[in-house]
Amino acid sequence: MLKLILRRLLLEALPTLLVLVTVTFFLIRLAPGGPFSSEANMPPEVMAAIAAKYRLNQPAWQQYLGYLADLARGDFGPSFKYKDFTVNDLVWAAVPVSFRLGLMAFVVAVVVGIAAGVTAALRQNSWVDYSVMGIAMIGVVLPNFVLAPVLALVFAIGLKWLPAGGWEGGKLIYVVLPVAVLCQHYISVIARITRGSMIEVLGSPFIRTARAKGLPAGYILRRHALRPALLPVISYLGPAFVGIITGSVVVETFFGIPGIGQLFVNGALNRDYPMVLGLTILIGALTIFFNAVVHILYGFIDPRIRIH
Amino acid sequence: MHSPSHAPSAPTLVERLARPLPPLPGLDDTLSHSIRGRSLWADARRRFLRNRAALASLVILTVIVLLCAFGALPSPHAFDEPDFDNMHVAPATDTAHWFGTDNLGRDLYVRTLLGGRISLMVGALGALVAVLIGTLYGATAGFLGGKTDSVMMRFLEILASFPVMFLVILLMTFFGRELWLIFLAIGAVSWLDMARIVRGQTLSLKRKEFVEAARVCGVSRWGIITRHIVPNVLGIVAVYATLLVPSMILFESFLSYLGLGVQEPMTSWGALLEQGAKSIEAAPWELGFPAAFLITTLFCFNFIGDGLRDALDPKDR
Amino acid sequence: MHMPQRLACLSSAAAALAGAIGAFAAEVPPGTKLHPVQEIVRGNGTEPATLDPNKSEGRPESNMAVELFEGLVTLNPDGKVIPGVAEKWESREDGRVWLFTLRRTAKWSDGSPVTAHDFEYSFKRMVDPKTASQYAWYLGKACNVKNGRAIVAGKVPPSELGVKALGDHTLQITLEKPVSYLIATLSHGSLMPVPRKAIEKYGDKWTEPGNMISNGAYKLAERVVNERIVMVRNPHYWNNAKTVIDKVTFLPIVNQSAEYQRYRANGIDMTADGGVPPEQLKQIRREIPNELVTWPQLGTYCYVFNFRKKPFDDVRVRKALSLALQREVIAQKLVGTGETPAYSFTPETAEGYSPIEHDWQRWTQAKREDEARRLLAAAGYSKARPLRFELLYNTNEQHKKIALAAAWMWRRIGPVEVVLVNQEWKTFLDSRNRGDFEVSRYAWIADYNEPSTMLDLFHSQHGNNDGKYNNPQYDAIMDRAKSTLDAGERTRLYQDAERILARDFPTVNVYHYSNRHLIKPWVKGYGHNPEGRILTRDLYIVAH
Repeated sequence: MLKLILRRLLLEALPTLLVLVTVTFFLIRLAPGGPFSSEANMPPEVMAAIAAKYRLNQPAWQQYLGYLADLARGDFGPSFKYKDFTVNDLVWAAVPVSFRLGLMAFVVAVVVGIAAGVTAALRQNSWVDYSVMGIAMIGVVLPNFVLAPVLALVFAIGLKWLPAGGWEGGKLIYVVLPVAVLCQHYISVIARITRGSMIEVLGSPFIRTARAKGLPAGYILRRHALRPALLPVISYLGPAFVGIITGSVVVETFFGIPGIGQLFVNGALNRDYPMVLGLTILIGALTIFFNAVVHILYGFIDPRIRIH
Repeated sequence: MHSPSHAPSAPTLVERLARPLPPLPGLDDTLSHSIRGRSLWADARRRFLRNRAALASLVILTVIVLLCAFGALPSPHAFDEPDFDNMHVAPATDTAHWFGTDNLGRDLYVRTLLGGRISLMVGALGALVAVLIGTLYGATAGFLGGKTDSVMMRFLEILASFPVMFLVILLMTFFGRELWLIFLAIGAVSWLDMARIVRGQTLSLKRKEFVEAARVCGVSRWGIITRHIVPNVLGIVAVYATLLVPSMILFESFLSYLGLGVQEPMTSWGALLEQGAKSIEAAPWELGFPAAFLITTLFCFNFIGDGLRDALDPKDR
Repeated sequence: MHMPQRLACLSSAAAALAGAIGAFAAEVPPGTKLHPVQEIVRGNGTEPATLDPNKSEGRPESNMAVELFEGLVTLNPDGKVIPGVAEKWESREDGRVWLFTLRRTAKWSDGSPVTAHDFEYSFKRMVDPKTASQYAWYLGKACNVKNGRAIVAGKVPPSELGVKALGDHTLQITLEKPVSYLIATLSHGSLMPVPRKAIEKYGDKWTEPGNMISNGAYKLAERVVNERIVMVRNPHYWNNAKTVIDKVTFLPIVNQSAEYQRYRANGIDMTADGGVPPEQLKQIRREIPNELVTWPQLGTYCYVFNFRKKPFDDVRVRKALSLALQREVIAQKLVGTGETPAYSFTPETAEGYSPIEHDWQRWTQAKREDEARRLLAAAGYSKARPLRFELLYNTNEQHKKIALAAAWMWRRIGPVEVVLVNQEWKTFLDSRNRGDFEVSRYAWIADYNEPSTMLDLFHSQHGNNDGKYNNPQYDAIMDRAKSTLDAGERTRLYQDAERILARDFPTVNVYHYSNRHLIKPWVKGYGHNPEGRILTRDLYIVAH
């Protein structure tokens, strides 16, 4: 097992990350507009002083090697935009926020999604099925930049139940709306996947056999059907988890949540090179990690698949 | 690599994800395209036509497409003509602003239909690009196998761990904002799943007898990929493509939200929605009409996709 | 009539008087019933790049700097310069040397006195190339402080800057040549004193809560990037007795709709400058008209022509496009939050400026358009050979709207085809700096309240002259104005400069900006500062 993990790390994760860093490093430097361009043009001497401070006056390869050297020490460098902080400061302050928000949305999405999917599958082609799947489909097709203002309008301004934004260290009432907006898409997708695979499993011979033996329906569902039906869901969870955590750009901007989504967009728009690189590495590493986790989980649930 | 007792299709993750179809049995025996009698395709068509939701969706979608293409003709308004005395005006028949006007007093009916044209085009072309690249890439990797396969898959994984949004922002800022670039950008980042699915299918197909037979007969590798592998994965490709169109349309709307969508005075449903979401209260029709069109269209695509999958997957019913 | 009151401060006698008044900080009218909790939440538009005043980049940063720190001079609620840490000042040697007397009661938030050495340290730090401040040029170019430019260029060490502490309470500033409006430039957000001991102890981390020592009415309590900045009353502030608000929270909300929603849910008491979402304007006017507060701002929104690209070297084309634009419609109907149509570049409200009127200003729109058609025809444009060009603007709802309207207005007069090109902010700046545009959106907000901050843009040597307008006659007038000490003469020179611009049309002036906020009815004490600054120390909350 340890050998396996080590091999994955050395042969797969690290080279992938290295390619990622390299490509991003040079791509972002090709993007028009520099980190320090602003509406009021600075005299060239001032620009030169700034470039010198941030090592931008060195040739690109030298900057690249310098960056890799810092990276090896775990240093993402200074933020070009937020001058009071290093990228490490900012990222490590934002990660717990996005994680907390993402984890809640993830749990809600998984629980509600699977429950909805199973319910729909058990009553296939009934009105229950149609209404559950209809709602789920709205969730798939409704962009969250539409849902966020609508929910804020109803629950914050109309009913005055919840605040219209803010984070306040993640107090529950501040989290409800962002979580709702964030998880809607994933609930829908999970419900659809669950329903599909559940129907497939319920129609398969071993379930028919179990039914023929006269086993109670609930028992069949729990002992036989659920496990195989959840396989496709699980393989979706890896990307979904990363997606939820990093993809909360709209939610974070709208509700004013200090997470990595906002950092990332601002980083790209401000040409904050170290910030974009740092977050790219982080997101890349997360993606690789969760894909590996899913792979292992998959092995536990489906004994037919052996990791080699 | 998989335990033999569960051949032919011990699932990989991605195959499972996409609910893979077994290779089409009708084509196993026939190498030519002239299929006589009750072919699989005829069967599938019959099953599809029996699916009321899918059929209704097909009809509605056709209506929407026709409306987008020709619906603006009877309106007296141009899509880009502002009217500073009639901004944010509610729908009315006497002004011929059937859907009301937007923040510049432009007619929303005409703009919604124009936006539909762009959105549907982005969706269809984006999906086409994704399908073309994905199918060929996946089929090639799966068929050639070995080192080539693992290099190609490694490349895929690197792309997959690249933050998509950032890539798109970069692309858009590099190359200005041409409409075709939006198709390309969107298509170029969404072929990855397609490639994985097709590769999985190809892996299980290439051990089939008819492929062995073709190989023995001396058909070239490229010939086998294009003549035998690709036609056999077309079913799943078709299903995936119909599901890809709505996600393309949604992705375009996300780009519009970031201000990276189509160039004004052109518009898309995403751009209209983004605009409408800002004035929900002051002018709810600005959100309502484009949203209704978008949601209906996406619903239809999803139902058609589901219908196709059920129709092409005989073991389901 | 436009005799600038602020220039009265030039005489030391008047300055001494001003010191005695001390008429700022919250002026609560007698009989006002104050709310028991004096806390306020304000929008700040975006996350400030830094809380270090010397490294300030623009409004979001200087908004924070002037709350936390206080410079030699400061502004009253209506934007007049009043004494800050300096209680009086006088000039010597024909305005080449200035002596500032610092008040002895001024203290840092740790209780230690604010001295002239703190200012000397701060100003030298700001021009030091090692600090890499984006405003490093300001002391040399805007204030003409001795050696300012040479230090920025790296030719002279920072220690040679013409700023010197003569004892703890006297600061001497030496200029290269006299600047009539020096005092106005000193209210800039980057020219605050900074705490040397904290900077030397904590380095770049000195701006963190707990590390920061400040000398303004407030001190930093909490900072969460992209969420909020909380400041609390600084008990050591010399005028603390006059401060009413105990705690102020700034929220860096970029999305105006989001800010508006939170304002309506009572999560915000005062939105950021410009924090009035245009799409909700109709509703705001209907439901909360009293909460929409606007007044003129020193800034101009315009389109700039690129003189390097044909046919924009042809004055007929430039003039035709300028005449054809219905600026009244754009300012009043399309934007409609107190903006005024712009016929000249300098806002009429600028101190030391007296507006001139152009002949076409009085024409009807129909007559202007007739003239525009005639000019275009004379320049050789017809249906068969239309004028085709690209209009560049940066991605933003409001800019999009105005560009669409402008394109339509131009198309209306005849053979004109406009292609709209929007680019994301940094790309836009890059295109404009490289001169890769034909006609581009352009806007300028004053750095200080004086016409030169606007008119200098058209000087051929100015770094922001993106259209590369070049008129030696204009340059000569602006150079002369800069060193003219007589206020009336200077006003006349600025008018001459505007007359040249009115002949050459380097820009299509669209409108003059307004300051605009949504402010809850219980917030009082703000004035109409044309530079847009609203200091929390001037505010108070009435019972509600």
